[in-house]
Amino acid sequence: MMRRLLLASAAPVGAFALTLVISSITLWAFGSNPFSAYGDMLSHAAKLETQVDILNRATPLYLSAVAAAIGFRMNLFNIGVEGQYLFAFLIAAQVGSMLALPQLLHIPLIMITAMAVGGAYAGIAGILKVTRGVNEVISTIMLNAIAISGVIAWLQQRWQADQAQFTSTTLGTNPIDESGLFPHINGLLEIFTRDIAQGKELTGLLLVAIAVGLGYHFLLTRMRFGFDLRASGLNPFAARAGGIPPKRMVVAAMFLSGAIAGLIGMVELADTAKFPPDPIKGLGFAGIAVALLGRNNPFAMVLSALLFAFLDISAGILQNTEAATKEIVNIMQGIVLLAAVIAYGVSKRVQEREEARFTAEALAETEPSGVTS
Amino acid sequence: MGILQKLHALPAWIRWPLYALIGIFLLTVVQSISGTDRLTQVSTSREMLRWAVPIFLAGLGGLFSERAGVVNIGLEGMLILGMWFGAWGSIEYGAWWGLVIGMAGGGLGGLLHAIATVTFQVDHIISGVAINILAPAIARYLSDEIWASPTTSPRTSSVGDLDVPFIAGGSIFGWESPDVLLEIGKAEWWFVSDVADLARGLLRGTHWVAIIAVLLVPATTWLIWRTRFGLRLRIAGENPAAGEAQGINIVRYKYVAVIISGALAGLGGAFISTELSGLFQGGNSAGRGFIGLAALIFGNWRPGGVLAGALLFGYVFGLDLKDLDGTASHALLLVNTVVLGAVLVWALKRRRTTDAVLAGILGSAAFVWWLSADAVPSWWSNILPYVLVLLVLVFFSQRLRAPAKLGEPYRKGS
Repeated sequence: MMRRLLLASAAPVGAFALTLVISSITLWAFGSNPFSAYGDMLSHAAKLETQVDILNRATPLYLSAVAAAIGFRMNLFNIGVEGQYLFAFLIAAQVGSMLALPQLLHIPLIMITAMAVGGAYAGIAGILKVTRGVNEVISTIMLNAIAISGVIAWLQQRWQADQAQFTSTTLGTNPIDESGLFPHINGLLEIFTRDIAQGKELTGLLLVAIAVGLGYHFLLTRMRFGFDLRASGLNPFAARAGGIPPKRMVVAAMFLSGAIAGLIGMVELADTAKFPPDPIKGLGFAGIAVALLGRNNPFAMVLSALLFAFLDISAGILQNTEAATKEIVNIMQGIVLLAAVIAYGVSKRVQEREEARFTAEALAETEPSGVTS
Repeated sequence: MGILQKLHALPAWIRWPLYALIGIFLLTVVQSISGTDRLTQVSTSREMLRWAVPIFLAGLGGLFSERAGVVNIGLEGMLILGMWFGAWGSIEYGAWWGLVIGMAGGGLGGLLHAIATVTFQVDHIISGVAINILAPAIARYLSDEIWASPTTSPRTSSVGDLDVPFIAGGSIFGWESPDVLLEIGKAEWWFVSDVADLARGLLRGTHWVAIIAVLLVPATTWLIWRTRFGLRLRIAGENPAAGEAQGINIVRYKYVAVIISGALAGLGGAFISTELSGLFQGGNSAGRGFIGLAALIFGNWRPGGVLAGALLFGYVFGLDLKDLDGTASHALLLVNTVVLGAVLVWALKRRRTTDAVLAGILGSAAFVWWLSADAVPSWWSNILPYVLVLLVLVFFSQRLRAPAKLGEPYRKGS
């Protein structure tokens, strides 16, 4: 058990070490001092306000990772989280702005809308896969392009808030009433820390992300659907023989994945109260990376979401102190991901070899008794 | 024997031009009804070629990799590496070196993919996703370091283009040859002039890379289906265990195939930055690596098919670029109607009810839309290429044959 844990953690730790080595060489080769860059990043991250920023970024990243992981668990590659969350974000923002409800109804309604839109959009790829044999990787990539460069751009224009003057503050959909905005949870954090300064607000969606992570954990370990999901991923033929309907599982998994993806945009919505003209993009692809780095494990993905968020937020301080070119953080994300997936491959192989040896030894011990009987 | 079988029996060099003529005839007819002239303009086919070349090169790269059994969705990332390295090489060492260095950059991405998937047996899609995340980051970082801007480079130099002499008015040693296609195009003969215009767009101002790309079709066909190298490469994708039993070093063939794959995508990227935009610009790949993958599937993993797919997708992209008022895309709705009608007839003959119903519904929808509007909004022409990819996959996914062991990890001696 201890050995396995050690082996499992050796891969990500090794990958991270390799990332540090490669990015240090890169920084050094272009004339920056890697240690002062890392030093700036760490001292920046030691501040409470930065930590709030990191948590605010880790929250959507984690939701995005869970969305991707649900598909990965059954070998479904939902590359379309990006399009699903932006589409869901836009529709939910518009629906939310048209309603005037008490807070207890308004917020859930917006979130359910987002989940339904995200799920439905991902479901298209699932339905195309099971009915027409269309590979979900290609279809979700195409659906991304259709959503982002087509449908969203069009609806954004249609739903442009009807103000006379177009300034940066009036662009976007009509703002949502206060009752539809997920409250921040600064108070909760301030129980443990000093007061948060600079007007930073810790997103309340953090609690939702934690709930989603726990729900994902229980889904996989305690629920029939989660078992079916994992069985279909591990061995689709055995799963089918065991009575798990493969087609329905594909559509259900895609829908669920898209529904969780729908929540990603809610973090930004709680902050901006509308679908802004230039929403944060790339969270869908980053979420895939976070899920892969965390091996689809609900707890490991927390760590990888925090790591990615830390790197994202560090870009700003590197630009300020000019210790290094800020794009280095994206390179670090890419390398840590690639190194980690390779390291996981290696550790899986080592593990298999160990198991084979263990089995062989156990068989060798029992064999003589078998002969004598 | 039906018409389709008779067509299939024709040799390829007659069949493909014939398909093209049928396609142009359809466009001409639709154009006459619809009252636009953009469907068969010189600029339309020129734009088509400009879009199609990188799509084709990425798709052909995918062909090498997937024929050897390695799925490569990292093509987009390799294309982006090619864009950056191509621009850098072009600025530092000149235009042709730019293309070579762009290929090397893409090939480096391919090498990375090969190390992950072949040596370490990482899932092919996962490795591809990782490369697609890493490549743009590398490009941004290097741009920022070298050109002091994460998204744009200075001007690059181009290897230039060629006007085909005698047909499209190219000059030979300073003597200007006649421009036959221009004259035919000016004559405004129905259909004939349309063909001439479209051909002229392809043959005048033709990028050297485009010429190389088209020559790669017979070259690849020969290499993969007529040489020992190609046979072994296909064994790596169809039945690696049998190849291994014959003493073939499957790992080496997979490596070579994936590196070639990256180099071709890299050439496509270098073409985008040095020949089309004249500079490196982040985001200019416009997903053409992915579209190349779709062209590969559309083309049933064959070079000629990949080119056909790339030209088809390139046509829609190119038309969208020139179609500011939406009338040409509107006319395309009628083309869609006709094509879907043909699919409907074909499906009915084959008794494929679902196909027939689907084609019927989509075809009628396109027809109703065509009747009820004079132009389509710009967002529709923006997404049309992607919708087309989806439609093609919806109707043809089940009729295609991928290499047998595509995407399966190969372990020596198992």
